[in-house]
Amino acid sequence: MPAITREEVAHLALLSRLDLSEDELAHYAEQLDVILGSVARVSQAVQQLGQGQDIPPTSHALPLVNVTRPDVEQPCLDPADVLSQAPAAQDQRFRVPRILGED
Amino acid sequence: MSFDGDLTRSTAAALAAAIKGGDVTAAEVTQAHLDRIAKVDEKVHAFLHVDTEGALAKAAEVDAKRARGEQLGPLAGVPLALKDVFTTKGVPTTCGSKMLQGWVPPYDATVTRRLREADVVILGKTNMDEFAMGSSTENSAYGVTHNPWDLSRIPGGSGGGSSASLAAFEAPLAIGTDTGGSIRQPASVTGTVGVKPTYGGVSRYGLVAFSSSLDQGGPCARTVLDAALLHAAIAGHDPMDSTSIDLPVPDVVGAAKLADVKGMRIGVVKQFDGDGYQDGVRQRFHESVDLLRELGATIVEVDCPSFDYALPAYYLIAPSECSSNLARFDAMRYGLRVGDDGVNGVEEVTSLSREAGFGPEVKRRIMLGTYALSSGYYDAYYGSAQQVRTLIMRDFDRAFADVDVLVSPTTPTTAFKIGERADDPMAMYLADLCTIPSNMAGNAGMSIPVGLAPEDGLPVGLQIIAPAMADDRLYRVGSAVEAALNGKWGRPLIQEVPSL
Repeated sequence: MPAITREEVAHLALLSRLDLSEDELAHYAEQLDVILGSVARVSQAVQQLGQGQDIPPTSHALPLVNVTRPDVEQPCLDPADVLSQAPAAQDQRFRVPRILGED
Repeated sequence: MSFDGDLTRSTAAALAAAIKGGDVTAAEVTQAHLDRIAKVDEKVHAFLHVDTEGALAKAAEVDAKRARGEQLGPLAGVPLALKDVFTTKGVPTTCGSKMLQGWVPPYDATVTRRLREADVVILGKTNMDEFAMGSSTENSAYGVTHNPWDLSRIPGGSGGGSSASLAAFEAPLAIGTDTGGSIRQPASVTGTVGVKPTYGGVSRYGLVAFSSSLDQGGPCARTVLDAALLHAAIAGHDPMDSTSIDLPVPDVVGAAKLADVKGMRIGVVKQFDGDGYQDGVRQRFHESVDLLRELGATIVEVDCPSFDYALPAYYLIAPSECSSNLARFDAMRYGLRVGDDGVNGVEEVTSLSREAGFGPEVKRRIMLGTYALSSGYYDAYYGSAQQVRTLIMRDFDRAFADVDVLVSPTTPTTAFKIGERADDPMAMYLADLCTIPSNMAGNAGMSIPVGLAPEDGLPVGLQIIAPAMADDRLYRVGSAVEAALNGKWGRPLIQEVPSL
């Protein structure tokens, strides 16, 4: 099925927030094509093994239920400990790069 | 010192007993292992960080407890190597990635906390494939780990540092994580014991996430009983993990002491044999099946046709979850940040940081997952993979209606050469062929050493698979095979590791 193009890989890199180099784009286009070509067998598998039946998807081996706890105060991490690991901090907050455009 | 023999070649059970009995101090045991690490880790490179100070402080605490006459736990004072994917308060945690270079977590993982509470001595953090993605530990940003059986070969992955530390006698216990085989395959290729507990059996709180529906922490050791003691120390319900199972932990220690398979029904998975399996691996596997029969088990062939598609389904599901999980590395609150020059906006800084911080395999999987989840491809890829997951669970259900456990080779070949598969992702992925179905179904698996392949003299592992929350069956079968083989060989296989 696939034959993934270099343009598609560039789009994936954008969605993935990876500033790939030109060399990387070419390299990953080649590799992803091989990998996707191989894993595409899964849709055949469903048809063959499912014998025409509707097979429900499984996202998780356990039945998931939400977990709650009583709404009572509990100790949390010390802000100084947390901010000591931040790339940049200021006034007990994380300092981040500009989030709005120039204009 | 009145301990008989080399402290670093001892089992965890024997060390704990000797410390409790006053034959040796926890400080002496810890120092012996730190000395061993200082002597051999230059060649093996199992550790990313050795916490000498923390380890000796813990050992002193254990010795003080004993001096005060306090009751010591079953692993008190025993050293352990912790995979660098579990957070450790005040001790660096990198996940083998440049993204987390220098990160010192402000909190302990539940596994770390339980180890501390059990008075286990954490020696340091072990090398791994970056964010646990790989089967050889070659994807670490901090260099490869070497297999103590043959330093030119891989120690398995992603937990190659943990498995190598055991085989190099740097630690008697280690912790790994298993998303597609990252505990069992390294155990197999280093002649050690590794267990993937039932999904939800060991808390994932503080385990840096790769693929959340598959990730499971578990014990690594040189004997089945040692693995059971460690399993019991780390397992059990944790309110901090919403997928943690709120049921009693199966009696794994009792099962490891039972060492008896009489009357058990054992299934041999038809799909895990034949083409693509190394001759020596097949030979040792079939000998193991014969041994189980001699020991009183009934052997049945089991057909699990969906297992042929477990590998491709895994390489859609795991990357999909990884692309989502690793989105947290945005260079804002912790971890690497590059390109913050006052001109670049937040998205540029994120993209530049992720480009600089992630290695090739991680980037490959993030993009693969992003593709599989994108509209237009979702049904064909991620959707079909989830359906295959259903089929795998059905095959297991059918098999376990008839047998108590399943067995197969753990991995199709013995340890391959460093660099041999580095440029061929598909060849690398084959290492997880037999281990992936258990992750997909959330049941329990173990690898134990069953001999050396005649053609290369390297360890071969037997995989045992049990239904969810029947982890005790792994230990029952594993200990029976281990006892029979030790009887036959005269000493444990691990003692054959060449001296470093």
